[in-house]
Amino acid sequence: MMWGWFGAVVNESVSGLYSEQMDRSFRWGMIWFIFSEVMFFAAFFGALFYARVFSVPWLGGADPATSVHIWDTVVLSWPTAGPGFLDLEFEPMGAWALPTINTLILLTSGVTLTIAHHALKENHRGKLIWGLAATVALGFIFLGLQMYEYVHAYQDLNLRMDTGIYGSTFFMLTGFHGFHVLVGAVTLLVILARCIKGHFTPENHFGFEAAAWYWHFVDVVWLILFVFVYIL
Amino acid sequence: MTAATHDEHHAGPPSSFLDRWLFTTNHKDIGTLYLLFALLMFFVGGAMAMVIRAELFQPGMQLVDPYFFNQMTTMHALVMIFGAVMPAFVGLANWMIPIQIGAPDMALPRMNNWSFWILPFAFAIMLATFLMPGGALAGGWTMYPPLMLQHGMAFPFAIFAIHLLGISSIMGAINVVATILNMRAPGMTLMKMPLFVWTWLITAYLIIAVMPVLAGAITMLLTDQYFGTSFFSAAGGGDPVMYQHIFWFFGHPEVYIMILPAFGIVSAIIPTFARKPLFGYSSMVYAVASIAFLSFIVWAHHMFTVGMPLAGELFFMYATMLIAVPTGVKVFNWIATMWRGAMTFETPMLFAIGFVILFTIGGLSGIMLAIAPADYQYHDTYFVVAHFHYVLVTGAVFSLFAAAYYWLPKWTGHMYDERLGKWHFWLSVITVNVLFFPQHFLGLAGMPRRIPDYAVQFTEFNMISSIGGFAFGLSQLIFVWVVIKCIRGGEKATDQVWEGARGLEWTLSSPPPYHSFTTPPKIESSAGLEGSPR
Repeated sequence: MMWGWFGAVVNESVSGLYSEQMDRSFRWGMIWFIFSEVMFFAAFFGALFYARVFSVPWLGGADPATSVHIWDTVVLSWPTAGPGFLDLEFEPMGAWALPTINTLILLTSGVTLTIAHHALKENHRGKLIWGLAATVALGFIFLGLQMYEYVHAYQDLNLRMDTGIYGSTFFMLTGFHGFHVLVGAVTLLVILARCIKGHFTPENHFGFEAAAWYWHFVDVVWLILFVFVYIL
Repeated sequence: MTAATHDEHHAGPPSSFLDRWLFTTNHKDIGTLYLLFALLMFFVGGAMAMVIRAELFQPGMQLVDPYFFNQMTTMHALVMIFGAVMPAFVGLANWMIPIQIGAPDMALPRMNNWSFWILPFAFAIMLATFLMPGGALAGGWTMYPPLMLQHGMAFPFAIFAIHLLGISSIMGAINVVATILNMRAPGMTLMKMPLFVWTWLITAYLIIAVMPVLAGAITMLLTDQYFGTSFFSAAGGGDPVMYQHIFWFFGHPEVYIMILPAFGIVSAIIPTFARKPLFGYSSMVYAVASIAFLSFIVWAHHMFTVGMPLAGELFFMYATMLIAVPTGVKVFNWIATMWRGAMTFETPMLFAIGFVILFTIGGLSGIMLAIAPADYQYHDTYFVVAHFHYVLVTGAVFSLFAAAYYWLPKWTGHMYDERLGKWHFWLSVITVNVLFFPQHFLGLAGMPRRIPDYAVQFTEFNMISSIGGFAFGLSQLIFVWVVIKCIRGGEKATDQVWEGARGLEWTLSSPPPYHSFTTPPKIESSAGLEGSPR
C-alpha cells in the first residue's frame, strides 16, 4: 500500500497533475518533518549537555549532597565512564584525522548537491547526474569511514557503547546521525534513479529539493556534533 | 490512472467496505474512524479505572494483587492519553478543520490514512502486553528509570507501541499544519479562522516539537536496558533525574496538547448558544500562543522534590504561575461572551459551561501545586490526582462531549436525543465531582497516589470517590446510546443546526457531501464567522 501510494505520487507528478497548492503542502510537510527530526536530536544533545554541565560535575563533588552519599572523594572530568567505572581504561575519540576528514566529506557533498541542483534548474542533465552521484558516493564513503571509526573505537580505544555516559552519548549521537546519513543517501539514490529516468523538470522537482533539504539538515547536525562531541 | 484519480473527486464513498474504510483518504471518514477508535479506548481505559476504584473502595487488599493494580494505573493513563483524548481531538481536527476553513480535504490525505491506521496496531501491541510474562507496564505512565528497567517482556513492546503512537501523532500534526497554512479558502485570513482551527494549529506545533523528544527519551531507556548505555545510571556518569527532565520537556507540552483544542471547542460553542460573537477574539489567539510558549519552560514543576538547585525551583515556580495569566484571559473572555447573551442551555452548552467552571477548579489547584514549597507536601498525593483529573476529565473529556453533541447533527444529519443528552450531562457533572472532589481532601491529608491499599482514616472519602466513579462510568453508557441513536435516525437536522451557529461548516448540508468545498467558498469580509470580530 505504501509502495503503491509512493508510486501514485510519482505518477501524478510526472503526468502533470500537480497544482501549486499541492506543491506547497509537500513543502510544509517536509519542513515540519525535518523540524521533528531536529527535536529528536535535541533530546540526545540535551542528554549530552545535561551530563557535561550537571550530572558529571555533581557526581564529582560539585554538589556535596550528591557525591558524599554515593561516591565520596571521586574526581571526575569529561570524558568519563562514570564514578562506577573508574578503573576502566579507555581513550576518547579525538577530533583529528578521521572525524575532520568526515567533516570535509560531508561539506563537499553539500557543495556537489548544490551544483547538481543548479544544473537541474539550468537543465544540464549530465552535470545533474554527476553532481548527484558524487553526493551519494560521498555519503557512502562517510558511512564507510564512520564504520571504520567504530571498529577503531572498539578494538584500539576500548571505547564502547557501555563505556559510561561518554560512550553512551558518543555512540548514540554519532549512531543516529549515521543512520540519518544512510536514510538521506538512500533517498538521494532513489532521486538519482528518477533523475536518470528524467522525472524532473527545471520547474517541477520538489522530490529532489526535499531530499536535498534532508541532506543539508543531516549536514548541519554533523557540524554541531563535530563541535560538541569531538572537539569540545 | 489519470482518469481514475479525476473521477474519484466527484463520486461518493467507494461501495466496498474495505475500500471505503481501510484505504480511505477522505478526511470525514478518517475523522469518523479516529472518533470511534477514541470512544472504544475511552471505555477500555475506563474499565481499568473501574478496577482501580473497586480496589480502593475499602482499605486492605480487596480484588486484585498490588502488581496488577499498578498495571491498571499505568495502562489507564497510557490508554486514556494516547488512545482516547489525543485521537479524539485528531478526529475532530480531521472532520472539522477542512470544512471550517473551506478546504476540500486535508493537505496530505494519503499520509492521513497512515496516521490513523498505525493507531490500532500500536494499541494491539500495547494491550497485548497484559498477556506477556510479567504483565503490562506497571511503573507509571511516566516510565521513570530505574523502576522501568525492571520490567519483563512488556517493556520493549510498550516502548515500540509508544514509538508508533508518536509517529502517528507527528504525521497527523504535520497534516494539520500543512492544511491550515495552505488550504484555506481565499479570503480566510489567519485572524478570521475559527478558534478551533487556531488552537489546533498551535497544538500541532507542540506535537511536532515534543513527540520526538519523548521518542528520544524512551529510546535511551531502551538502550540503557539492552545496549549497556548509562544515560540514566549514576554509576556511568548519567542521572535518573535526567530522564525526568527529558520526559517532562515532552510531558508538559503534552498536557497542553490535550487541552488547547478543548479551548477551541468551547470558544466555538459558547458564542453559538449565547448568540453573541466571542469576546476578545484576538486576545484568545494570543493567549493560546502564550500558553503554548510557556509550556516549554515549565516542565520541572513536575519534579520539584527530586533535588534541583534552588534557582531552578524558583524559575520553574514563577514561570508556571505565569501561565495563570493567559488562562485567566481565556476564562474571562468566555464569561464575558456569556454576559448579557441570549442564552439557551442545550447539551453542548451545558458541557461547555461545565468545562469553564470545573476546568477553572483544576487550574486553581494547579496554582497550588505550582508553589514549590507547598508542592513538597502535595507531591505524589491524591491532590495531584484530583488536579489532573479536573483538567483532563472535566476539561478535555467534557469538551469532547460538548464537541460531539455540538457537531453530531452536522455529521449524521440527525438531531441527537436532547433529553438523553441532558441526562448524560447532569449525571456526569454530579458524579464526576463526587468522584474527584474528595480526592483533594485525601491528598491534603497525605494519601499517596498509585497505591492499592491505604490507612483506615482515608476510608470514607475513598468510598465516596469510588461510588462517584462507578456512577460516572455507568453514565457514559448513555453517551454511547445517544450516539448510536443519532447515527440510526432522528429528527432531521437543518444545515445551520443551531440558531446562533456561525461559520463555514454550517453552510454545508447536514450531513455534508462526501467531498465538500471542491470549489473554494467565498469568504465575505464580515461574514460573521464564529469567533471572528464582526
